Amino acid sequence: MSVVAINDERRGFTVGQYLICLRGITWREALRFVHQRERFISALVRPLVWLFIFAAGFRQILGVSIIPPYETYVLYDDYVTPGLMAMIQLFNGMQSSLSMVYDREMGNMRMLLVSPFPRWFLLTGKLLASTSVSILQVYAYLVVAWLWGVEAPAWGYVAVLPALALTGMMLGALGMLLSSVIRQLENFAGVMNFVIFPMFFASSALYPLWLVQQSSPVVYTVCRLNPFTYAVELIRFALYLRIDWISLAVVTGMTILFTAGAIIAYDPARGLIARRGGGAG
Amino acid sequence: MSVAEIAGPTVDSTHDPASIVPAVAVHGVSHAYGTRKALQDVSLMVYASRFTALLGLNGAGKTTLFSLITRLYDTQQGSIEVLGHRVSREPGEALRRLGVVFQARTLDLDISVMDNLLYHAALHGIGSRAARRRADAVLQEIDLADRARDQVRKLSGGQMRRVEIARALLHQPRILVLDEPTVGLDVASRSAILRHVRSLVRERGVAVLWATHLLDEVIAGDAVVVLHRGRVLASGDVADVVSAAGAVDMRSAFIALTGGAPEIQE
Repeated sequence: MSVVAINDERRGFTVGQYLICLRGITWREALRFVHQRERFISALVRPLVWLFIFAAGFRQILGVSIIPPYETYVLYDDYVTPGLMAMIQLFNGMQSSLSMVYDREMGNMRMLLVSPFPRWFLLTGKLLASTSVSILQVYAYLVVAWLWGVEAPAWGYVAVLPALALTGMMLGALGMLLSSVIRQLENFAGVMNFVIFPMFFASSALYPLWLVQQSSPVVYTVCRLNPFTYAVELIRFALYLRIDWISLAVVTGMTILFTAGAIIAYDPARGLIARRGGGAG
Repeated sequence: MSVAEIAGPTVDSTHDPASIVPAVAVHGVSHAYGTRKALQDVSLMVYASRFTALLGLNGAGKTTLFSLITRLYDTQQGSIEVLGHRVSREPGEALRRLGVVFQARTLDLDISVMDNLLYHAALHGIGSRAARRRADAVLQEIDLADRARDQVRKLSGGQMRRVEIARALLHQPRILVLDEPTVGLDVASRSAILRHVRSLVRERGVAVLWATHLLDEVIAGDAVVVLHRGRVLASGDVADVVSAAGAVDMRSAFIALTGGAPEIQE
């Protein structure tokens, strides 16, 4: 029998290798997105349906007073656009968590988790990749909205980019955290009913909070406690070249909280995954 | 039979002492899911240039052990080392030295064979030019070079498995761990995969840990670890295990050790 000398001195990874890994994760996420054309179409159609149909109907019913960041009366289409941008990211974050549950069931997720790079880095990389995809979707929506006549200040389209990166991270991290507690794909319907819809409707995405306060103080309080409200407002202010510091603080804090939660949940020592049981063998 | 008795590589005094470091060393590992004990005080060694079969029925704990070796789960008790790197303390160093093939298919069906390989290479920090070169080489080796651009879902089950093995070798690990890689495949595919893995052991000195419940995948000269209900019942060369069980062949040895093995196939 031959003896093979074991002489493997490689240790650690260089910054370049970390970047290669990150690029690989982003590239795969983009490839999956491109291959799933229906995902792109539905990501675009959903907010456009709201803009074309819902906003058209509500334009005459819902009066929006002059509230920051707006300096004049705006059409409902203008008001609802930041909410729809955040909605795209909310759905993308949940879609991403759905794909993580799917990947876990199908086994693809294992290949990510047995990579020698630190798990926090792999999960953060996946989060960045999913956020990049969501930003592309938002800009695709903004192009169509612009053609529809919804215009923001020209520099607003640039200024909103960092806000979108942050809100995308927050919602992606929330999705990742949820994916760690969802056992099976079938349970994802519950996420739709108990996370996406309440988060979206109990926020400032569709109507200003002063209107909500007038009709129901309780719902108003719920909206104020909903981190999605702050994501919407961060985007809204950035699109009009302003910063809402409270929203920035809340979204940053929640991003850190959700990301830390997801990393702990996927940690082999402390996480939920390890407690669930192995395979057949 | 103790862990120390598991056959390792012949020690040649002209070689560096590092050469006898076990590729994988599992020491007294126990693991439970809640109150259900999946592994109890499991110890085993896997050496370079050896094909080590982890033999056990469904539910024996093979997949749990694989999940611990690959650090999908952390060890609750005991320790696992890969080429001297403790998995719980230096997971990165341990994992970069392992090639892994899981029981469940882990290829992304929606993207091409080549893209799957490049993705894996990126997860190991291999740059795109080197990754492409290595991917071309491994696909050539498994006779699937002409399918590089095909979506994975267009491949047969056997071809997918071969791609998974090729992918596991892309980062040139010294150790290959495979969890029931031939389950669900036809006889010809099973035989081709087994032949390929054995050639890696013979020609490249790769250490292989091969979990299976199929007795005909074990041949004389292999190292065997019999795992049953989370415990190691016997380990060593096939001949040693057969003789220790007072049996005439591996099948009867397995039945004698486990008290009947209706699920074992041949």
